[in-house]
This record gives sequence, C-alpha cells and structure tokens, in this order.
Amino acid sequence: MRIEGKGLIDRATPVRFQFDGVGHTGFAGDTLASALLAKGVRLMGRSFKYHRPRGVLTAGSEEPNALVTIGRGAAQEPNVRATVQEIYPGLEARPQNAWPSLKADVMALNDLAWPVLGAGFYYKTFMWPRGFWERLYEPIIRRAAGLGALSGAHNPDRSEKVYAFCDLLVIGSGPAGLMAALTAGRAGADVLLVEEDSVFGGRLNAETFLVDGLAGSDWAAQVVAELGEMENVRLMRRTAAVGAYDHGTYAAVERVNGHRGNRPEGAVLETFWRIVAKQVILAAGAIERPVAFENNDRPGIMTAGAVRAYLNRWGVSPGRRVAVFGNNDDAHRTAADLHAAGVEVAALIDSRADAQVRDADYPVYAGAVVTGSAGRLGLKRVSVKTSGGSKDIEVDCLAISGGWNPTVHLTCHMNGRPTWRDDIASFVPTPESIPGLVAVGACNGAFSTSACLADGAAAAGDALKVLGLTPPRSRAVPTAEDDPYQLAPLWAVPGKGRAWIDFQNDVTVKDIKQAATENFSSVEHMKRYTTQGMATDQGKNSNVAALAVLADATGRGIPETGTTTFRPPFSPVSLATFGAGAQGMGFAPQRFTTSHAESLARGAPMIEAGLWYRPSYFPAEGETHWRESCDREVGYVRNAVGICDVSTLGKIDIQGEGAAELLDFVYTNTFSTLKVGRVRYGLMLREDGFVMDDGTTARLGDQHYVMTTTTAAAGAVMRHLEFVHQVLCPHLDVRFTSVTEQWAQFAVAGPASRDLLNDMLETTVDNANWPFMACGPVTVSGVSGRLFRISFSGEHAYEIAVPARYGESLFKCLVQRAESMGGGAYGMEALNVMRIEKGHITHAEIHGRTTAFDIGFAGMVSATKDCIGKTMAAREGLVASDRERLVGLKPVGRDAELTAGAHLFDLGVEFRRDNSRGYTTSAAFSPTLGHHIALGFLQRGPERLGEVIRCVDHMRGLEAEVEVCAPVFVDPEGGRTRG
Amino acid sequence: MDELVAKSPCAGLLPLEIGAVRVEEVDLGVLTTIAPYAGQAAATSDALKTAHGMAFPGANRMTGKEGARAIWFGRDMALLAGPSCDATLAVHAALTDQSDAWASVTASGAGAEAALARLVPVDLRAATFKRGHSVRTLVQHMNGSVTRLGPDSFLILVFRAMAPTLVHDLKLAMEAVAARG
Repeated sequence: MRIEGKGLIDRATPVRFQFDGVGHTGFAGDTLASALLAKGVRLMGRSFKYHRPRGVLTAGSEEPNALVTIGRGAAQEPNVRATVQEIYPGLEARPQNAWPSLKADVMALNDLAWPVLGAGFYYKTFMWPRGFWERLYEPIIRRAAGLGALSGAHNPDRSEKVYAFCDLLVIGSGPAGLMAALTAGRAGADVLLVEEDSVFGGRLNAETFLVDGLAGSDWAAQVVAELGEMENVRLMRRTAAVGAYDHGTYAAVERVNGHRGNRPEGAVLETFWRIVAKQVILAAGAIERPVAFENNDRPGIMTAGAVRAYLNRWGVSPGRRVAVFGNNDDAHRTAADLHAAGVEVAALIDSRADAQVRDADYPVYAGAVVTGSAGRLGLKRVSVKTSGGSKDIEVDCLAISGGWNPTVHLTCHMNGRPTWRDDIASFVPTPESIPGLVAVGACNGAFSTSACLADGAAAAGDALKVLGLTPPRSRAVPTAEDDPYQLAPLWAVPGKGRAWIDFQNDVTVKDIKQAATENFSSVEHMKRYTTQGMATDQGKNSNVAALAVLADATGRGIPETGTTTFRPPFSPVSLATFGAGAQGMGFAPQRFTTSHAESLARGAPMIEAGLWYRPSYFPAEGETHWRESCDREVGYVRNAVGICDVSTLGKIDIQGEGAAELLDFVYTNTFSTLKVGRVRYGLMLREDGFVMDDGTTARLGDQHYVMTTTTAAAGAVMRHLEFVHQVLCPHLDVRFTSVTEQWAQFAVAGPASRDLLNDMLETTVDNANWPFMACGPVTVSGVSGRLFRISFSGEHAYEIAVPARYGESLFKCLVQRAESMGGGAYGMEALNVMRIEKGHITHAEIHGRTTAFDIGFAGMVSATKDCIGKTMAAREGLVASDRERLVGLKPVGRDAELTAGAHLFDLGVEFRRDNSRGYTTSAAFSPTLGHHIALGFLQRGPERLGEVIRCVDHMRGLEAEVEVCAPVFVDPEGGRTRG
Repeated sequence: MDELVAKSPCAGLLPLEIGAVRVEEVDLGVLTTIAPYAGQAAATSDALKTAHGMAFPGANRMTGKEGARAIWFGRDMALLAGPSCDATLAVHAALTDQSDAWASVTASGAGAEAALARLVPVDLRAATFKRGHSVRTLVQHMNGSVTRLGPDSFLILVFRAMAPTLVHDLKLAMEAVAARG
C-alpha cells in the first residue's frame, strides 16, 4: 500500500513492469520489491527445499527469499534479488523454483514430507545402491530443489573489468561513510566512495532521523552534492564491495545497466572493479536479524528495519494492519513510524518484560513473544503469548527484529575472525584484520546516528594523517540522535513446529539441534550437515542466530562456538562478471604471423600453437581430404621446393662476453667452439635432468648468438635463461632479449631450394660458401636479412629471415616462385610428417618425462663440461637400460594405421595396463614410404630393433603388428640435407 | 627482381575513434633495445647523451623528446625509438634491432585514461603517472609497454603479432567508456 507524502520515489514518473505475467505500475526509484509491496503483492517466491511460499524478508542485498529471473532468452538473469533490482519500463520479472505457478506449486508436496526431510536426510537416504547417486538421485534432487536457471544460450551481455586506485576507499554511504568521505574529500585526499544501493545515504534514507535539523535523506543528498563538486572524489553507486585481498586490493561489482531497459551500444551490464586503496574505511552498516518462531517465514513477515525502509524510502506500507515483534528498542521505531504515517499498528510485542514504550497509541505487549502464524500464501494472523496467556492478532504484516549484526564480512576475508560483544549480542570486526582497513559506525557496533557520524569523521582524520594530509582541526560533526541501543538476546521462541533460521536453505532450529545431537557440534560441521549459510545469501540473515542455537544446544557460549569462515564475494557475483572481458576473442591474445592473411586467402585451416595460429595445410582445388593436401605438400619438399612460415619459433638474441659460457651451461653440448657463421643443434635440460627444449643456435659474431626455441617453449626458455643468468650465473656479462617478433622467418626446403633463393639473393650461395649449418647476413630483394642453412624436413633446406614488416611480401614472393618450380606452400601437417620421417623430435617426444638418454641423445651430453641437469640426469633410474626409449615403428602389414597415444605390447600377452611396454608419441602416413610410421618409447627399445610387437590404441579401437626400427625412416645418412 | 613491400603491424586496423578516445598507429622510427653490459650503465648513458641527446632512462621513465626517445624497457634495458642507434654504444651495451617487433599505438583524448583503466593493472592517474612515466605491464592479457606522452595521451606497445588483439581489446574498452556517457 502506497503512503502519500512519503518516500524518495519520483511519483511523476510511473513505470510499467511485469511480474509473473501480470502488469504493474510503480514509480521511478522503486525496487521490484517496493513496487510489488505497494501493489499488495506479498508472495514473491518459493523456498529452495520445501517450496514454501515466501515473500520479501529484507530491503537490501541480503534478501534470501525474493529471488526472481529477469528477462528472457539468452540474456535472462536468474536469482536476481527483488530488493536490489530497480524497475524500468518493460522490466519482466518471473518467479523461480515453482511449477506450474507461484501460487500452486506442485513441489510444495515436499513441505508435507518435512518430518523425514530434515537435516542429514540426503546423506542418510541416498547412500545405496552406490551407482544410483549420479544417475538417479542427484538429477531428481537437483530438479526438485533449485534456484533460477540460465538459458543455456551464449550470453550476449558484456561485462568489463576496471582497475581503480585511490588514497582512501570508503565502503558504504550511510552517516559514517558520508562523514568519512566528506572529511577526507575536504582535506584533498583522492577518495573513492562506493555504495551498493542506487541512492547514497544508507539508513538515512530509511529512517526519519534528523541530521543538523535536516531530514536524514536531505542531509545525505546535500553531502553527496558537495562531494560531487570535488574533483578528488569519485562517487560510485550501485557498486558493492565484495572482497578484500592482499596489498590493499578490493573487489567491487558495479551494476552499470541492470536498471535500464534500453542500453547504449557497447554498454556493459556489470563492471568488476579491482580497487587498490592506501587506506580503507569500512562503513558497511549492519544487517537486522529475524527471530525464529513457528512458521516465521510466511509472506508478510519481514524485518522491522525493512518495514521502515519500505515506508520511509519508498512510501510503501507492506501491510494495512501491522504488528511489530522485537527484543530491542530499535524495533519500536517501526511501530512509531507506521503509526505516524497513518498505518494501523495492531500490536507492539517486545520480548523484554522491562521494555519501555512511551506515547504509544497502539497496544503494547511487553514480556511477550510471537509463537506462531497463519496464512498459507500470505500472513493472516499471529499468535502472541503474553504473561497473561495467548491471543491471536489479525495482521497482514509482521515486522520482526532480533537485533542487528554488524556487516563484518569484508574484515574476515583475509582469515580474520570477528570479536563477540556481549552488550550488543553481536560480532564486531576485529581491528587490524585487514591491513589499512578500519571499520566504523554500525559496522563496528556503533548504532546511533551521532556515533556513526563521529566515527566516520574520526576514522577519516586518522586516515588523512597516514596519507600525509592534514586532518581538519575540529572533529565536530552534525547533531543527530544518539539513542542507546538496548536489547536482550532472543534467538528462537521455544515451540514444537518448524521455526526457520536460514530462510534461503530451509534450515530450522530443529535441524541445528539435530546436527548437534548427531555430534556435528562444530560450527563448520553443523553448517555442512544442515546447509545453513550455504545459500546465495551466505547466511547473512541466519549465521549468528544459528550459532546461538548451536551454542545453546551444545551448552557452550557463542564466542566459544565461533563462526564459520566468511569468504568473498560478499554478495553474489555472476560468473560472467568474474570472467569479464574473457568472452570470445577476449579469452586469450591471438598471435598472427605475417603470412596469416595470405594463408587464409589460400584457404588454409588454422591450428593453434600456443597463442599462435599456423596453417594446417593449403587445400588445392579438388582436394576433399586433408591427407591429400598434406601428401602433396610433402611431395613439394621431397621433390621440388616448399615454403613454410616458421616465425613462431622462439628467437633469443644473446650478446656479451659471457654469451658462449652461458650457452655452454644451458645446453648439454658445447657452443663456445661453434665458429662464427655456423649453426649448431642444441639440447637443453631442466634442473631435474629431463629434457626441456631443443633447437638451433647460430653464432653471428664472436659475442653474438641467436638461439632458436620451439614455438611452445619460447616463453619458458626465456624465463629459464633469466633464471640461469640472474640466479646461477650472475657473474656472466651477458644480455639477451627476445627477437621472435622482429623477424619473419620462412623455411625454404627441397632439392630446388637453393635455386629458388639464388634468384632472390644479392649474392649467390653454393655448397662452398654456404654449406649445411652455415648462417649469415644476406640481402634479399634489397632487404637485409639472415640466412640459415638448417633443415627440419631432412632435405636440402634453408630458413630465411627478414624484418617482420616484409614478411607478408616475402612469403608471397617465395610461394609464387616455389609454385613456378613445381612446389608451393606447406603447412603443419606436412611439416609434421616430414619430421617424423626423419625421426626429429618435438614436444610430443620431449614431453617432460623423457631424458637425453631416452631419446637417444646421451652422446650429446658433453663429458668435458658441466651443464644444467647433467648431474641429475645421471641418476641411476634415469639411465637404466630398461627405460622406455625412442624407437621407430612401422607396420608389418603395410595397410595398418598407426596412431599417437597407442600402447606397445609384446606378442602373446594380454593388452592390460601392466603389460604395456611403451607407447607411441607421433604417427603419420608417410607418402614418401607409402605406409604409416610412428615414433614411440619402448622399454629397451634400441636393443629390440627388428622385433615385432603389437601396437594397441584402446581409445580408437586400433590394433596392429609393428616392427621396431631406428627412428630415422628417410635418408638416415643425411645426404640429402647436404645437397 | 621482386620488390618487398613493407606493412605496418596495425595496417588496416587503425585509426579508431570511439567516444572521446582516438587510437592510431604511430611510426616510432628505428627501435633498438640497449642493454648496458656489467658496469657500463653510466658509460652507456653518456654515450647515449652524446649520440642522441638523452640520458639512459631510470626505471619507469622515458627520456628524450618526440622523434628521439629512450623508454625504460625492463631490467637493465631501454628502447631507443627514433634514430638509428649510434654504433659507439655497442661498446658499452648490447644493441638489438626491434624496429619490427612491436606494434606502437597512441591512445589519446579525454577518455583515454578511463579506457586504459580497463586494460592496464597499474595506477595511471595523472597525479602518479605523469608525462614521461613509463611502465612494462599487462595490456589486458598481453605483455606491453605503456608511457604517458601528455595529459590525455598514452603510447602503448605490444608484440607485433598481437596487434589485432590490441585493437580488439582497446575497442571494447573504448565502447564501454563511451556507452557510460
């Protein structure tokens, strides 16, 4: 029911929206909850487990009951709290977890079965038969119990992550937060004020307090206006601080466009802020706790503070005839405010016999409690037990208050534990729990407006000092109420029926007692046994009450019982927001070679190699299978000339007096003896003796080398070199930097490679001036480049490098020439086939578990010098003759297909795991040989050449007899490379 | 004989102007990393001053002026941008040509700082990150270099091969800033 003359809503701007298929009109400034309550809609959802009808309990982000789904289709947003969602024209909200309708939910049958569905029911019931859990029980339970659902379609909404830095972060904009921001802002600090609500002011907007003679909300608006004028202050509303992390880093989530129907192009739905602050003032306020009594969960029963908020902030009375039930003086304000607004107050029930209520024009019951309620889809009546007996009171709304819990959450995110304060029967933050953070105001247990203002000003003054700024001389604050906060703890009213503690997970007082009875008496065990506090509200409304009930049941005090761990996020954050920016192409950077566009133009499908994109093969007209293309491309290289972009291999420029010594130490073989103008293949071990990487290194000058790494390990090798230089060999005067991106490098491979190059190079190369493994500067078509005579394919081959700006152009020229010579471009498939034919290893073989000994390179570990990994590689187990060692494999019948990942078995044994004698790592059809070939690791492999074994690929269902052979299938003498 | 045609890293991708931010590719000229050998930092700086007029930059700083800048580029390293590095420096430092290794763009305009706050995890506020301040950091998921050139102008360098991703990431950030109005 809307109350005239009250609220901060804009009554001149009506807003049409839909809930549960019915159209309603609210006003700008309404939340979905306030707009529905104004229309008398109390039923907003169904509970998680028992599907009990539920209405709104709170007026803030802690709401456990009123969860709705916003929108339809791909962008639909489940589990949105009606108390947070602002209405906008065209808003469509739907209830969740109810079928066929909110009012008649079939699954409410669960509620009738409550005597057997209590805590531990699932654990005890669905144990047997074992296999049923995953296939039968879990799917059924998941369907019955649930929250809203995602659409299953790709979410088109964008979110973003933003970094922010400030001197002072103020979290919360109630009296304490505003006063802190104002004090620091006036002193010139760079202040960031975040407020999760859509309006600054916190409880000032929800109460009828005066500050300096102004209505609280007006004072707040005035302060915000002043802050808005300051260039050094940033105001961020709709922004919830959700996590506190190391080094003054805080996470905050901003609802940027969730309150708008029409969003501008490119706009984000939410922003994930990462805020780094030198000082932080936490003025997060407090959350009111309900009292447990039988059927305390009916729609229409809500916290007393929420009732005041709806009345004063939104001009809505949640009921026409309201009762108030509390254990503290604060609850009396609800009755007073309602009465002053002309709403009928049916009763003010205070559990304290000595409660003082003055000037009340409504019935007051001191020393009385509410023991039960009636009304299936909405509250109709409450039962009150007074010292004189029991009576029923007809009401459609009950405001309850069990006191207030300071919002300590953020202070516990770095493993801090809150401190119990008996006088307010609440936990408060433990100072220094988060370095640089001070909790003030209600968040620190100071509940009067005056105390909040003073706290905020004082904390800001202290922060200014730390920041090296001058705090104001006077710490005077505006005048405001300073009523004492008095209460007598009341957690649960004794009774037989179900009294709800955790509304969102349907946990009752009984469940907690049951947990204690079954010896789940540790608070962490109780939580997991009952699921109390494990819903999306993370127990904000229930934790302290649950602890109190557990403490009572186990005969301990509340501080001894302790709390469970508060973890981020403070309020629910969608995964889309956590993962903001990583959708689609934002997931990882893409690295494109200079030949990328040309390769695409030639129809090449791309494969990803790390972040790089490389052409798989270049399909020719009429080819229908990649193998056709691949075989043709192999033919180019074996018979004419092929061109392949090899720019993705890591290239590291190494210079200095210590360059040679460094290389000798990181490679197993020697590079100090390499002549200038020559290239050598090198093998690198990790410190544990296993192979790390391999590649060629060229000596360009006396103190100048260029190391080549594999594409995959380029970053890892660079890091390794930094480690070796900085940690192990700081005495070496050597400098290195990556030049991977500087050079576009192409393999020109095949018997016609030299002819092709000589047509483009300024100086003709031949076997005399450019023998196998020679390198040096060249001029290609007028551009200075580098030429390396190296070969991965086993053919007479070169790699030519030019500055990357010429890469695309050179690639086109090379391919055109190759095509005119009966060759052309080749991709990764052909490259792979040819290196397998030659027995050249890749990371398929040096996969992290193989040694130089295993791959047959033991001889490459120099005996005359030390190198990284040498000692560890000499360990007994790493040179045992029965290790799995590299061999080649060829099928006994030529038609058999070999695959990588297959296991090797001796003939006549069962194909079991424990009989496996090795495995294949690379396999290909060799067009050169006309049959499949494979590389693999076989126990005692090199001793078994010529033997026939079986190769079994269990996954693909393939099986073949194979002959063990040397790993080099084509041109073992290497004559072709020397061409 | 074929003529090889040069192509810049961001060819076809820039300029881009969204809201109050403009991103364009810049040709910084020759790029050379200068890594002084052990004990040669002062000599390198002197040689740099003599040859190109600027001192070797301290950590997180840029020296020189438009056309000839030295940008701090990490531990014991600076990037000389503009002139071809004088050969005399080779006595004191390892010199490596990187002219083709980096995509260089400027982001400028009133929204530039806000757009970069979406990609760069360091404090770029004008009060702390002043003109001539430079940092090796992340640009979204990429390793890069960010330098403030003016009140609302930044120089951003990432690996050449990642130029399309840089433009993609900048575009999303610029759109998000613009949409906030």
